[in-house]
Amino acid sequence: MNRPLLHSMHRCMAVWALVLLAGLAHAAPPDAAYAEAVQALPEASFREKAALVAALVTQGHPNARPLLAAMLDNRLYADDRGVFIADADTTADAEPVWRDALTLNPADVSLGSRDRIRTNNSLRAALKVGLAQFDLVDPDAKVRIAAVRELSGDLDDDVLALLRAQQATDDAAAVRREIDIALAVYQLKDDDPALRLAAIEVLDGEQRNLVYNRVKPLTDPAHEPDAAVRAAASRVVAGIDGWREIYGALETLFFGLSLGSVLVLAAIGLAISFGVMGVINMAHGELIMLGAYTTYVMQLLLPNHIGLALVLAVPAAFLVSGLVGVAIERGIIRFLYGRPLETLLATFGLSLILQQVVRSIFSPLNRSVTSPDWMQGLWQINDLFSVTYNRLAIILFMLVVFALLLLVMNRTSLGLKVRAVSQNRAMAKAMGVRTARVDALTFGLGSGIAGIAGVALSQLTNVGPNLGQAYIVDSFMVVVFGGVGNLWGTLISGLSLGVLNKLLEPAAGAVMAKILVLIGLILFIQRRPKGLFPQKGRAAEGH
Amino acid sequence: MTPRSLLMRGGRGGAIFLAVMALLAVVVPVLNLGLAPDAALHLPDYWVTLLGKYLSYALLAIAIDLIWGYCGILSLGHTAFFALGGYAMGMYLMRQIGTRGMYGNAELPDFMVFLNWEALPWYWWGFDQFWFAMLMVLLAPGVLAFAFGWLAFRSRVGGVYLSIITQALTYALMLAFFRNEMGFGGNNGLTDFKDILGYSLQSQHTRVGLFLATVVALTLGYLACRYITGSRFGRIIEAIRDAESRTRFIGYRVEYYKLALFTFSAMLAGIAGALYVPQVGIINPGEFSPINSIEAVVWVAVGGRGTLYGAALGAGIVNYAKTWFTTAFPEIWLYALGALFVAVTLALPRGVVGLLARRKGGTA
Repeated sequence: MNRPLLHSMHRCMAVWALVLLAGLAHAAPPDAAYAEAVQALPEASFREKAALVAALVTQGHPNARPLLAAMLDNRLYADDRGVFIADADTTADAEPVWRDALTLNPADVSLGSRDRIRTNNSLRAALKVGLAQFDLVDPDAKVRIAAVRELSGDLDDDVLALLRAQQATDDAAAVRREIDIALAVYQLKDDDPALRLAAIEVLDGEQRNLVYNRVKPLTDPAHEPDAAVRAAASRVVAGIDGWREIYGALETLFFGLSLGSVLVLAAIGLAISFGVMGVINMAHGELIMLGAYTTYVMQLLLPNHIGLALVLAVPAAFLVSGLVGVAIERGIIRFLYGRPLETLLATFGLSLILQQVVRSIFSPLNRSVTSPDWMQGLWQINDLFSVTYNRLAIILFMLVVFALLLLVMNRTSLGLKVRAVSQNRAMAKAMGVRTARVDALTFGLGSGIAGIAGVALSQLTNVGPNLGQAYIVDSFMVVVFGGVGNLWGTLISGLSLGVLNKLLEPAAGAVMAKILVLIGLILFIQRRPKGLFPQKGRAAEGH
Repeated sequence: MTPRSLLMRGGRGGAIFLAVMALLAVVVPVLNLGLAPDAALHLPDYWVTLLGKYLSYALLAIAIDLIWGYCGILSLGHTAFFALGGYAMGMYLMRQIGTRGMYGNAELPDFMVFLNWEALPWYWWGFDQFWFAMLMVLLAPGVLAFAFGWLAFRSRVGGVYLSIITQALTYALMLAFFRNEMGFGGNNGLTDFKDILGYSLQSQHTRVGLFLATVVALTLGYLACRYITGSRFGRIIEAIRDAESRTRFIGYRVEYYKLALFTFSAMLAGIAGALYVPQVGIINPGEFSPINSIEAVVWVAVGGRGTLYGAALGAGIVNYAKTWFTTAFPEIWLYALGALFVAVTLALPRGVVGLLARRKGGTA
């Protein structure tokens, strides 16, 4: 027998002795047993570690929970003086703050000498269960519920006993219900059909994936001999399927609304310049692009405050695009009023120039804009339905922009003048409205809102010189579909086109859905050339 | 109307245009085929193809001028018809490749073999016949323009709205042709052509032949447009441009006149596309892009709309400038093109032709 093997056997026996000791932990002072188990961790094999983890859980020492959590996250280290917990991943730039695993007091760990305490898959599973057991007795009911959920997937006899005990004593009804579900899921595997049936009755009405996956096999005669159980299982599965369909529809609606919000944002500036002023601005897409690049530049200026940069980018983009818009109006468009086709050509030429300017300054490559933390991630409403924060943010942002625009148009003197000029230019002029100034400001307003749309778009796609082009056809479609000169029409048309697109997508594919929507629009315009909500009365004759 | 009066109807500009066409038809073959490659005045093959490309663009420009300059219909989707004609020709050329493709399949073009298609889709049937393909060059754009125009003009969609939905039309077609499932080669389009009517596309003689065909088509197209604009039909078209409601109230069915003119113009654009493809050697969905259509409208604006020969001149000027800029100063081309758009619309409402006429008027 060679020496290393002998050594390892010795060690092994020592660890097992320790585990046995831990089993009798009530007699020994808990601190000592805890310390021994912790100090055995660095040298233990994976199997021994599993045993040690089980022992730590059984002891229930209050310091064990942060220790186990750290071990699960690979934040547990050891050197020759002891075992230490890092507060963050050591691969990060900053040196983590260290704590002693035994006392949880701050510790000074020198660089280089430490070794990470490694885990494997089965150990990580055991750690998760162990942590859940700790949380099961947490004073906070929410933590207890999460712990039961964590455990409910795979129960063994120990955990089962634990849950039963907790259920008998827990004072929160929600926790007791959660344990009922966990026990019922376990009971689905019982040999007695009556118990299986009872379990299904308990689970009836639950929508979570675990219930669906476990009850679904019981609808199959190959797995389930009892007809009554099969019938009950089918009922539960059908119920969940129904919910899935509803949530699926909700999700499509949500995706459609978020796409629609993008369309509305892109089109709403055009609804002002085209809808109210009758100016065809083919450079509208490039004004959106300028807004997106403004966001990019703001992030370059404030690299450590991504969120702040994004918030500041909104007024900045409004100013940049708005000023460019005023320059376009004063420099080109005012010479072309009453000649819409020429305006179209001149502004298209301008859009080419703007694209090339951006290419020359920022390179033709796409730039990516980072999203702040609060726009990333998911809001998991339940097992079947979740929404992403960035889509939600776009919808809310669109509503805010729309509301502000309505406010400007209906409640300010600028809005009053804009409406007066668009309805009857000569009369407005006769009443003392400086129409040239109003034209410039109106166009600037529409352009500025295009810039704001660019800020929103920068969060969804990469920022590049062709960003605007992708939206120009869509934007015109939204405005024309909604009815020229009608902001509410633009809102409804943008949202409904977005939803329609997403409804068609599963059946037809993304590109085909877009083609179908375009063809549908072309046909719709033939039927109702003035859009969904045409202007009526004298105002309609003004253009 | 006598043929002579038709030739002279375009005034001085028209006469110069026809003279230039005749000159090109003689000079280009002589300089290219008649002189040895090392002769000082030898015209390289490259230039023959390039001139042929410009002339097919000129035909497209004339088609646009016919509806925009004479009837006030600004189509921002005319390259859709151009590209459809091109695809019809491309499909014929694809079928002519036969077993010389990479996969050597006599029946299926390479890209279909690549996509594991079993058989030729029904809409490719008949394209191995030249006459059928030529029929389709006219019918595909013609039928689309007729259907589209029928819907649009009957419901009195006009002005800017029409421009925007024509743009949507070509955009939708572009997206559709990008799809591999459509069976038109997807992203890559149709290319690697070998020969046309049995003549190799690489041969100098075929290139000159195609060039001459383009000169003839452009001249005939010009004369046909000239005939239309000079006829009674043409007077009504101009009346519609200037006062649509009034023309309608007098009793003319405005929509039918517009529809006929629009369909004819689309077929003309289809012919231009069919001549373009064998000379350039490729057709892909990029030809449908709305930008191309707008660029074509700018050729007409630069040359001077409502004159027909001005449109052809504009196509020549802008495309030559594009060739020159994109080789000499590629990064400046878009600035130049954009500035051209703005300058022409602001300063030259009648285009180059208008400028020349004004100068002549001033000095005389």
